[in-house]
Amino acid sequence: MEFFERFAIPNPSLAIYASMVAIGLTVVAIIAGLTYFKKWGYLWREWLTTVDHKRIGIMYLLSALIMLFRGGVDAIMLRAQLAVPDNKLLDPQHYNEVFSTHGVIMVMFMAMPFIFAFMNYVVPLQIGARDVAFPRLNALSFWLFFFGAMLFNISFVIGGSPDAGWTSYFPLAGNDFSQHVGTNYYMIAIQISGIGSLMTGINMITTIMKMRAPGMTLMKMPMFTWSVLVTNLIIVTVFPVITVALAMGTMDRLFGTHFFATTNGGMDMLWANLFWVWGHPEVYILILPAFGIYSEIISTFAGRNLYGYKSMVASMVIISALSCMVWAHHFFTMGQGAVANSFFSITTMMIAVPTGVKIFNWLFTLWKGKIRFTVPMLYSLGFIPLFVIGGMTGVMLAMSAADYQYHNTMFLVAHFHNTIIPGVVFAMLAGLTYYWPKMFGFMLNERIGKWSFWTLTIGFCLAFFPMYITGLDGQARRMYTYSEATGYGPLNMVSFVGAGVMAISFALIVYNVYYSVRYSPRNIGADPWDARSLEWATHTPVPEYNFAVEPQVASSEGFWDAKKKGHALFPGKVEKIHMPNNSGVPFIMGAIFFVLGFSLVFSLWIPAILSLIGILACMALRSFEQDHGRYISVKEIEETETKLRGAK
Amino acid sequence: MSELFPRKQIIGFVFSLVLTAAALAVYFLKLSFAQGMVVLVVTAFVQALLQLVVFMHAGESEDKWVIYGKVFFMIAMALITVFGTLLIFLWDM
Repeated sequence: MEFFERFAIPNPSLAIYASMVAIGLTVVAIIAGLTYFKKWGYLWREWLTTVDHKRIGIMYLLSALIMLFRGGVDAIMLRAQLAVPDNKLLDPQHYNEVFSTHGVIMVMFMAMPFIFAFMNYVVPLQIGARDVAFPRLNALSFWLFFFGAMLFNISFVIGGSPDAGWTSYFPLAGNDFSQHVGTNYYMIAIQISGIGSLMTGINMITTIMKMRAPGMTLMKMPMFTWSVLVTNLIIVTVFPVITVALAMGTMDRLFGTHFFATTNGGMDMLWANLFWVWGHPEVYILILPAFGIYSEIISTFAGRNLYGYKSMVASMVIISALSCMVWAHHFFTMGQGAVANSFFSITTMMIAVPTGVKIFNWLFTLWKGKIRFTVPMLYSLGFIPLFVIGGMTGVMLAMSAADYQYHNTMFLVAHFHNTIIPGVVFAMLAGLTYYWPKMFGFMLNERIGKWSFWTLTIGFCLAFFPMYITGLDGQARRMYTYSEATGYGPLNMVSFVGAGVMAISFALIVYNVYYSVRYSPRNIGADPWDARSLEWATHTPVPEYNFAVEPQVASSEGFWDAKKKGHALFPGKVEKIHMPNNSGVPFIMGAIFFVLGFSLVFSLWIPAILSLIGILACMALRSFEQDHGRYISVKEIEETETKLRGAK
Repeated sequence: MSELFPRKQIIGFVFSLVLTAAALAVYFLKLSFAQGMVVLVVTAFVQALLQLVVFMHAGESEDKWVIYGKVFFMIAMALITVFGTLLIFLWDM
């Protein structure tokens, strides 16, 4: 029985046993449902083997929403534990595990797939391409992300979750202080999905560089595409750093090396350094596509072209370069001298300048516009003031001398939630509402959408503004409880109420999807928002080849030109279209990666070696495979086009 | 004739062998640590650029400025990372 003991959870509780039962029942229900409705073949042919960027985008979207739920439940548990002084709801070990998984899931497995969802779905449509440059690599990226996320998610029922924070600093994350397998899960699961992100980076850069429609020069790309290009440049720059750091950390934990140990020449602080060399640009990887989505939405619903296109592009490029020069501001208190701290202080403050340029450009776009207060626009308008507050507190934190006061307090927690929630989460929900009709062929209900916007905004303010105050009063982050004498109790209760209101908002979003599936009208046409860029020029639902005829553009708003200025968007004739074939290899390879990761977590060497051989076999198979894709005939295209036109 | 004798590639190949030999010589000659590292760093970077230009055809397509731009961006970022880390851990710790 010794073999099986390693899979036991070190600190079990009733909630975890209940989760085990719930997970088991859900798996049984899914399998039974698929079998009963005879959907296995459909699932395999249409989704698991697909290389279509639109379907991959939708799968990213669903994964992100599920992970938002998981990370949100963690958040509620954290706020419930801190709601009253000396609370006994979670024990300290459990609290550590919950805040660690909350951070990792929200950043790596919620925000990242959310932005990948929009990158995948929107970018090829926006540049008039048929698919991404490497469709099968794209599928592999998704499945690596997905199985990495699944590996991370099973940690809390098999073997125990990571408990050293989402930053997983050594030596705390080393074997001496984190003895159960949780941190192995952290190292390996993030590694697997990180490799997927790196591949997406290469794929998207190639797509944008090589596959733009005729006439679309770099400076005539829609702003979202620009933001994706810059984002992926950062991904390709910094993801190798986390890949190497995670590999070194894995070797420390599994093979007894001393890269980040405190003995034998190891350097524990180097982990913090490498982590933030990746970690800081990572937050810009999240926020830049969000800026891109806001740019699209604000110019659409203000009825004006985007103000200051060139300065928007320039500020994103400057942000991308600066984002790689500021990482040490995450550890001003680690012991380096004033020179280093001053340097990183100044570069950090400089980022506020290009960001400010962008804020003013959005305001000037709104100026004298005919603003339509739709749900996506509400999120964008809510973003501007709330994000500015988050940015201002960021400048406060950037002053290294003052940072000694704020470091690792709730003030910091309030700051980064104040940038990430109005910045990234609002953008993702705005993008979700904005692109929903393009993806699924019907609109989300506006009335329920407005309710969810207002509950989210009010809940956000209630949850995070009190933390600024308790943080300045000295409440430390990651402390599982506090005494009544500190006086933090009432404000933490307000935060808990705010978190509850945010949960209601999420429930409203889910209800909105259900309601709209049942009651929304389906005859909305291809352009329900009266939008401006190319993704709205094709039919809804989008045919698999995207555009029957390659579009020809003369500005960043090709579709607007076609609607208002009589620009001929589709001058050519229908020709047969070359499309890539579906393939099961990416899914299978992802599944083998899952087995490899699981075996490594528990030091099961034989299955690890076997799965490594399996991965190499998949790659060899791909190298020798003859797959030239297929053609869609002109007749078939014309039939599809007639049908879709009729549906309008 | 030039098709039969790819001069650029052969010169590149010989030069890359010379660079390899120079790097290998660090092991056999009694150089100080600092001298050896300088030789290794210089030969490594020249070697990488040589491979990129001669054998990976970086400058031969129309969008060569995109490729070179990305290479130099990446080199700049790598140098910033390395020197920033040195600043934090060695020069100002």
